[in-house]
Amino acid sequence: MLILFQIFILLFAPFLFLGIINRVKAIWAGKKGSPIFQPFFDFQKLLRKNEVISKTTSFVFRIAPTFNLAAVIFAFLLIPIPSFGSTISFNGDFILFTYILGLAKFLMVLAALDTGSSFEGMGASREVTFSSIVEPAFFILIGTLALLTGQTSFASIFSMLNSSAGYTELIEILFVAALFIMILTEGSRVPVDDPNTHLELTMIHEVMVLDYSGPDLGFILYSAGMKMVLLAVLAANLIIPENFSVAYTAIFLLLIIFITSVLIGIVESLIARARMSHVPQFIFLMTALSFIAFAVVIFFLRGGIK
Amino acid sequence: MNWAETKNLQSVSLKEIPNMEFAKLREQIVEMIMKGCRVIQFFGEKINSGVILYVVLADDEQSKLFIASSNFNEGDIFDSITPEFKSFNYFEREFYEQFGIKPQGHPWLKPVRNGIAGVSDSEVQYEFFEMMGEEVHEVGVGPIHAGIIEPGYFRFLCHGEQIHHLEIELGFQHRGVEELFIRNRNNPVYLLKLSESIAGDSVIGHAGNFVRAIESLSETNISRRAMVIRTIALELERIGNHLGDLSALAGDVAYLTGNSAFAALRTKAINTSMSICGSRFGRGMVAIGGVNYDISLELKEKILETINKIEEDVEVAAEVLFSSASVLARFEKTGIISKDIAKEIGMVGPAARASGISIDVRTDHPFGGFSLFPVHKITLKSGDVFARAYIRYIEITQSIRIIKEQLGTLNEGELKKNTSELKPNQLVVSLAEGWRGEIVHTAITDENGLLRKYKIKDPSFNNWLAVALSVKNNGISDFPLCNKSFNLSYCGFDL
Repeated sequence: MLILFQIFILLFAPFLFLGIINRVKAIWAGKKGSPIFQPFFDFQKLLRKNEVISKTTSFVFRIAPTFNLAAVIFAFLLIPIPSFGSTISFNGDFILFTYILGLAKFLMVLAALDTGSSFEGMGASREVTFSSIVEPAFFILIGTLALLTGQTSFASIFSMLNSSAGYTELIEILFVAALFIMILTEGSRVPVDDPNTHLELTMIHEVMVLDYSGPDLGFILYSAGMKMVLLAVLAANLIIPENFSVAYTAIFLLLIIFITSVLIGIVESLIARARMSHVPQFIFLMTALSFIAFAVVIFFLRGGIK
Repeated sequence: MNWAETKNLQSVSLKEIPNMEFAKLREQIVEMIMKGCRVIQFFGEKINSGVILYVVLADDEQSKLFIASSNFNEGDIFDSITPEFKSFNYFEREFYEQFGIKPQGHPWLKPVRNGIAGVSDSEVQYEFFEMMGEEVHEVGVGPIHAGIIEPGYFRFLCHGEQIHHLEIELGFQHRGVEELFIRNRNNPVYLLKLSESIAGDSVIGHAGNFVRAIESLSETNISRRAMVIRTIALELERIGNHLGDLSALAGDVAYLTGNSAFAALRTKAINTSMSICGSRFGRGMVAIGGVNYDISLELKEKILETINKIEEDVEVAAEVLFSSASVLARFEKTGIISKDIAKEIGMVGPAARASGISIDVRTDHPFGGFSLFPVHKITLKSGDVFARAYIRYIEITQSIRIIKEQLGTLNEGELKKNTSELKPNQLVVSLAEGWRGEIVHTAITDENGLLRKYKIKDPSFNNWLAVALSVKNNGISDFPLCNKSFNLSYCGFDL
């Protein structure tokens, strides 16, 4: 049951996620927009295509997209699905989760540097800079939850969370907001990055993958969507109550993924991209939210003001 | 001082143009520029015994033009004016490139159009600035760019994300327009098409300028009706391009709402041009001696309706764009060109006005319909991307008012008059305010009344250096935004 549901999410959610974002943006722009399944068609098309691989690149360039995809799928399996449980779970699995994604990113950055293009080097440097801000913030976030529940694996943290007295709406909102910023950053969306631009000098994620084509490019697009979906599922774990029935949870989860993509579409329609030098300030917002949540939890554990 | 004094579109006999030693000419140029004139043309013409240099200076306050010339022999050298007045930089480089006469003391005589490396052995290699140091890196962009834009090579010298210096190498679209004018001087239909193709987005601007030069040389007075229709076409072109730029500026900062709103309005504006002449870019509109297409009563109502609609919508769209905090955060204090720099390098057009320079050919050297309807000059102070965007919005509203006024004065009149032969041995300077700024064409006729020399200066020629200067010490990711805020023509520069 769990596996089936996970396969369902893995297969469809990333494409639908991107498709819905594009449709929402089209509606805001007063356009009809492409079909919601367009990213899926694009993916199919890319899988059928031949690849052009630069002669200056090494094996790193070739293995990176496949490894990236594998890492993202593995990371997805580490995340529990509310009411379904998780496929792989052990104490400290969230550390593996963070670093398996980190490893994937590391390989993508290496691959970008491998091409020797000054554009891709710039993109890689930006990607690493911003990731280095997100990572500690994420640990504060999960660490706070671990502190609150006294558990150290995703599955046990989330199962204990709702019964924990300290888990108030305030913390829930702080966590969800912080995760939303993380989705925008990791997914390379506005205001951090502009997925639609053709201007290489302003790109982050897009410029790193400029040299890819065919199935490799398809894998990259797919895993970019997947990354956002898995963070949305993580957020869903914080929102969905433990005592929901399986059917309700499934619907609720899909609804949360849907709402997340609509929100991203709205953000992209109404907000301009931040100046590159101001992007870290935006990402630090996530750090700030995590710290506030941490402070609230500490405050609660010590029993309030005495 | 005995410089030939004339006005925009008022031809002078070549005999009246004084010819003097360059040393003397240089002295007088310096003197006149100190008095407030500015250089608008500085070009050479090959003659049997060598090269004649023509210098045209403009006195904007008194709407006067001054012309003088000097003779050179091949291989001559002269004292460069650039160290004193930077506005001569590109002019002298162009003169050197075309005739090999060297301006001594010019800081760096880089090629203007023929520097394209690797195109052919005879071409001059383009030298770039170099920068050394840790964490310093170079980024080369182009000449082929992503998206459908013209070719140009940009080399950034950066320190991390910050641009220290940008060099722009152009010339990839050099088609020899000026030579084509002379080679096809017996074919006016060809020449008109050619003038429309100087810069594809300034069709009315360049073609209008060309036909006015020809009309002036043949002493043709076109009807009021034709004049009004031309003015309307020129302002429609301005509105269309400004709207397109605002859309692109919003797009460059990933502000979707502004991007689509202005793009939709641009379509309305250029479709209005289409409803008059069948071309969204105004091709075929202008004719020598008048215009090819009339505005009927019915069409007039339709244009008025569309223009009113654009006026309403543009206000809403501008309100949304210019009140969005995230957009202002990107536009403000980005790519600043101070008034001093703008003046020094001789900027023109909306970009110059955004830096506080009060310069507008429509007021300073009125042409066509503008000699009867004065236009208020609008300037902003800040000289940043915001100013260059905002001045476009103001100019759109201004152009809408002009079109409405002009439509009200659409009297009966002949659409197109026959022109007579061109006057022999004459020189005429034709200036117009295209949407991008001051367009200058200079035509010289020979003793048979045929074109002998045709010199074109697109506003991009003045402003490309400003793009390079505006990005200094800005983030490299802000370059596309700065570049778009000028939106200069590559082919207008390359000719």
